[in-house]
Amino acid sequence: MTTDATAAAGRGTVRRLAGTLHRRPRLRLTLLLTAPLLWLAVLYLGSLAVLFVSAFWTTNSFTSQVVKVWSTDNFHELLTTPVFRQVVLRSAGVALAVTVLCALIAFPVAFYTARVARPRWRPLLVVAILTPLWASYLVKVYAWRLILSQGGLADWTLAPFGLSGPGFGLPATVLTLTYLWLPYMILPIHTALEQLPANLLDASADLGARAGRTFRSVVLPMVLPSVAAGSVFTFSLSLGDYITVQIVGGKTQLIGNLVYSNIELNLPMAAALGTVPVVVIVLYLLAIRRTGALHSL
Amino acid sequence: MRLNRIPRAAAAAAALLLAAACDSSGSGGSSATGLNPPDLKAPTKLGRTEGQVDLIAWAGYVEDGSDDPKVDWVSDFEKQTGCQVHSKVAASSDEMVKLMKTGEYDAVSASGDASLRLIASGDAAPVNTALVPHYKDVFSGLKNGAWNSVKGQMYGIPHGRGANLLMYNTEKVKPAPTSWSAVFEGAARYKGHVTAYDSPIYIADAALYLKATRPELKIKDPYALDQKQFDAAVALLKRQNADVGEYWSDYLKEVSAFKSGDSVVGTTWQVIASLAASEGAKVKALVPKEGSTGWSDTWMVSARAKHPNCAYKWLDWIVSPKVNAQVAEYFGEAPASSKACAETSDKNFCTVYHAADERYWKKIAFWNTPIEQCLDGRTDVRCVPYAKWVQAWTEIKG
Repeated sequence: MTTDATAAAGRGTVRRLAGTLHRRPRLRLTLLLTAPLLWLAVLYLGSLAVLFVSAFWTTNSFTSQVVKVWSTDNFHELLTTPVFRQVVLRSAGVALAVTVLCALIAFPVAFYTARVARPRWRPLLVVAILTPLWASYLVKVYAWRLILSQGGLADWTLAPFGLSGPGFGLPATVLTLTYLWLPYMILPIHTALEQLPANLLDASADLGARAGRTFRSVVLPMVLPSVAAGSVFTFSLSLGDYITVQIVGGKTQLIGNLVYSNIELNLPMAAALGTVPVVVIVLYLLAIRRTGALHSL
Repeated sequence: MRLNRIPRAAAAAAALLLAAACDSSGSGGSSATGLNPPDLKAPTKLGRTEGQVDLIAWAGYVEDGSDDPKVDWVSDFEKQTGCQVHSKVAASSDEMVKLMKTGEYDAVSASGDASLRLIASGDAAPVNTALVPHYKDVFSGLKNGAWNSVKGQMYGIPHGRGANLLMYNTEKVKPAPTSWSAVFEGAARYKGHVTAYDSPIYIADAALYLKATRPELKIKDPYALDQKQFDAAVALLKRQNADVGEYWSDYLKEVSAFKSGDSVVGTTWQVIASLAASEGAKVKALVPKEGSTGWSDTWMVSARAKHPNCAYKWLDWIVSPKVNAQVAEYFGEAPASSKACAETSDKNFCTVYHAADERYWKKIAFWNTPIEQCLDGRTDVRCVPYAKWVQAWTEIKG
């Protein structure tokens, strides 16, 4: 008797709760989103905030302990020291160069895998594009070190033309990063080209457009947002990378190397340097947003 | 209240810096008050072992067979003393200093560019060498060094030492270099194929060269540079940068660069030279006529060690002849214990590494931490502290 009554009461509560939730979509949404939003706010934005705040501290020059006294010295130094400006510009340049190269290489590859290759080969080709991502990052970069070293594969291939490989340095870094991040550019372009309605191409041809005109007026505008989406990956990954440049970059240093070299001795300076890529990427995302690419991410 | 504490801590640190005057003996003129570390006491006797010891070490210093089953000197230590070893590998001197500040570790294998900082900040305690029986066999050249002792009080047990050598490709670099000028003034001949050690402490290598070649700068100690001397060293390195192919910090990277010919001349360690030669690279390494910089590691005990007795047992274990020979051979450095040479598996090892050759080590300026109070005893100028070295190194690389 009593158990039945409590069960009934329990059922009643659940039903009432369900009813409340049904009637109030906002409450439903709040309950659903609180946990993930808390996660985002505390762990992600929280750590970004800590990074930003610690950039305003200083260190004791001998013991290198952080002294929590508010000062803008680090940012002042960041903006006025020529070497920092140079490195920031170099890093942004590398990220842009990698992005442009990736786009130029990825487009024809994606066009082939999405539209030219026979349909039953297409999934296999996509898998082939993805396979390098299964190998360790370090293995791939060290492989490039061997390729680009003196008398390595690059030198050997170019020797018949009287040329030599680029050696270690900035070009080698751009080349290696392009190789590393290429799949991230190919995939979105592949998807966009695959979804391109065939009747649009037919219509373009019916109206007398040649291949070049169709490409410029039909294909490119529809695929451009995907290129921009891929570029978000290639750009941000290149901007944050500091290991590739250590292995194949010769004496080059990028923003990540500066963060790394400061992190033990001068944490606030490292934090100030660390805000630079954040700012650059936010600016880049704002620029990309105008293309509408963020919708196709 | 909180805000009040911070300036006081800063003031205390500044006072410490002021007190941290020169500590090299034999410096003319100065009253040599020396580095004044916090007054910490070394234990006078050991108690029972605590069953555990937490170590910070360079890779290859604390091997328990997990990297290579044949390389294991930790298991026997654990069996004999009952102290379980937990070790943390540090990638740089700066990381070691930072880890020691947490107070969670008992001992650290500090290099000279970290040891003074640990002593001055009170993170490392003085060591009673009488409690380390094998200390008596340590080479005298390693005892009471400027980098591991203050006023005759040892702050650790020497582990081993090595010199930063000049390595060159015997086919591409002719005639064979005898001077560091091969990587400075003469570097343009090998443009793009010169290599150098990637650390701010490398500025001392330039200072050592200037000490010999530009006497008017009056450099006495490459780790005690006033602004003018420092600027000269930095300018030299900026010129060198034009000819550098790459800087190395990972020794395998240097081995591969010398094997392929991407690097043909530059600084190295004996272990890299031996490894590169054994893999077929045509290389030779030497101490040039100007002498050389070098490093010497010291096992130091934390002032806040939770397991001090086990830490002392470890200090004694690591300089016991057999273990010291093992670790020296595995890592590729000259052992600290004079009896270790009889225990090496390669009987030629100590000759190659000049373990007992005190005349050889006289030419080596061991890494030390540059601080504002000139280490060479000058009191009329301020020297450039290490933090500035770090900044300058970034600018040198550009």
